Amino acid sequence: MEKTIVVDNVSMRFNLATERVDSLKDLIIKKLKFQSVSFEEFWALRDISFTVDKGESCALIGANGSGKSTMLKIISGILAPTKGHVEVNGSIAPLIELGAGFDYELTGRENIFLNGAILGYSKKLMLEKYDEIVDFSELREFIDVPVKNYSSGMVARLGFSIATMVKPDILVVDEILAVGDQAFQYKCHKRLEDMMNGGTTVLLVSHSAPDIKRICQKAVWIDRSNLRFVGSVDDALQLYND
Amino acid sequence: MHIIDSAKRLIKYSWLLQVLVERDLKIRYRRSFLGYLWSVLNPLMMMIILTIVFSNMFRFDIPQYPVYLLAGQLIFGFFAESTSMAMSSILGGAALIKKVYLPKYIFPLSRVLSSFTSMLLSMIALFIVIMATDVSFSVTLMLLPWILFQVLIFCIGVGLLLSVLVVFFRDVQYLYSIFLTAFNYLTPIFYPESLLPEWLRELLIFNPLYNYIKFFRKIAVYGEWPTLPEHLTCLAFTFGMLIVGLYVFKRKQNEFILYI
Repeated sequence: MEKTIVVDNVSMRFNLATERVDSLKDLIIKKLKFQSVSFEEFWALRDISFTVDKGESCALIGANGSGKSTMLKIISGILAPTKGHVEVNGSIAPLIELGAGFDYELTGRENIFLNGAILGYSKKLMLEKYDEIVDFSELREFIDVPVKNYSSGMVARLGFSIATMVKPDILVVDEILAVGDQAFQYKCHKRLEDMMNGGTTVLLVSHSAPDIKRICQKAVWIDRSNLRFVGSVDDALQLYND
Repeated sequence: MHIIDSAKRLIKYSWLLQVLVERDLKIRYRRSFLGYLWSVLNPLMMMIILTIVFSNMFRFDIPQYPVYLLAGQLIFGFFAESTSMAMSSILGGAALIKKVYLPKYIFPLSRVLSSFTSMLLSMIALFIVIMATDVSFSVTLMLLPWILFQVLIFCIGVGLLLSVLVVFFRDVQYLYSIFLTAFNYLTPIFYPESLLPEWLRELLIFNPLYNYIKFFRKIAVYGEWPTLPEHLTCLAFTFGMLIVGLYVFKRKQNEFILYI
């Protein structure tokens, strides 16, 4: 079976912000007092290993602050792990948090292209998909309005439509499935299912058991930086809830 | 191998670069009635005011003063604007850098390029003034793209360096605006070099902007060819700064995410 994601003994160390030197004054004072400018260490992840097969969808579960988002960032290539390595086969697209990729001064239309470019798509592809994106978001009449005048639900719709229009091999979703109203949420779930049927791997961080059960087959439970369980969703949720 | 990868990535993200530059330009003049015309009008009006102030009040005896002044102003204005914008670009792109993998140099680079584009528009002002005064278009102007390219590369180098520094030390933003003011007065932009005391004049060669501005004035205002040492000094500043900027940026870019 082909592996889409291979996480091999990944550990991540952070320097805690308490001792962070943020200004020249701090640095000079520290140097003058002969304090070393060293930091307290914090291991956000320790020796995590798991794999995700092609076409399989995987949930990361665990309490707040246990390291789920750090794991996602390492898989997406945003953070480099302190130890170990990650292998990703295929294109990876993040579902960017509510409008992080938007410029609020620009119109919806301009933002579609900006966002597409940020996700690394070509101009040609975006021109082809433009109408589809607008139709899916149901925002055609507002498309030439600056995004700053959109409601938060509208921004989220547009973001979701762009991120899921081009089928990536891996879609990274970080707790933002509650997009828009009931009807649009239904569309979102349907879109995710279609993508998964088409072979896309969804990597989901969520606290919602129904979402996890609906979307994923596999679950990885990370508990206070350590891997607790890898296996089927039902087993993982049962263990996690005990 | 490494270079091929970088080149491939640059091609992949060249459209993003273009979109970001267009965005900066669009936002700059959005909702203003005259729009892009301001890029021409602004330097023109500044030049008129400064010309009135300095040629009447201080009686600087500089031949072709309006063009002399405008040449210096355009280069310095571009430098100040592009490097300040590049400086805050990594911090401004923090939300994106935390969420998506992107080549990070794209943030300072796009800022400098958008500032460069609006500076090119401002060049129209220079040509208007050349035509309005008795300065003649000379064949030396063919070096104009070359010197502008060098200033661009220099500013990219400075922008890369500043964008890194400010991630680690926020103080740099405040220091830099003070530095720019001092730098403005230390560069003969609106006054003649001869006004400076002897020892200071000898140090001018270490001021990169002075070298570029002098080169620029020679070809645009006085129709003279720059000498070989002048060419070499400009080149040294251009590529020296680019290498320093790239080196620091490359070494530090993986740590950005921990500080923004």
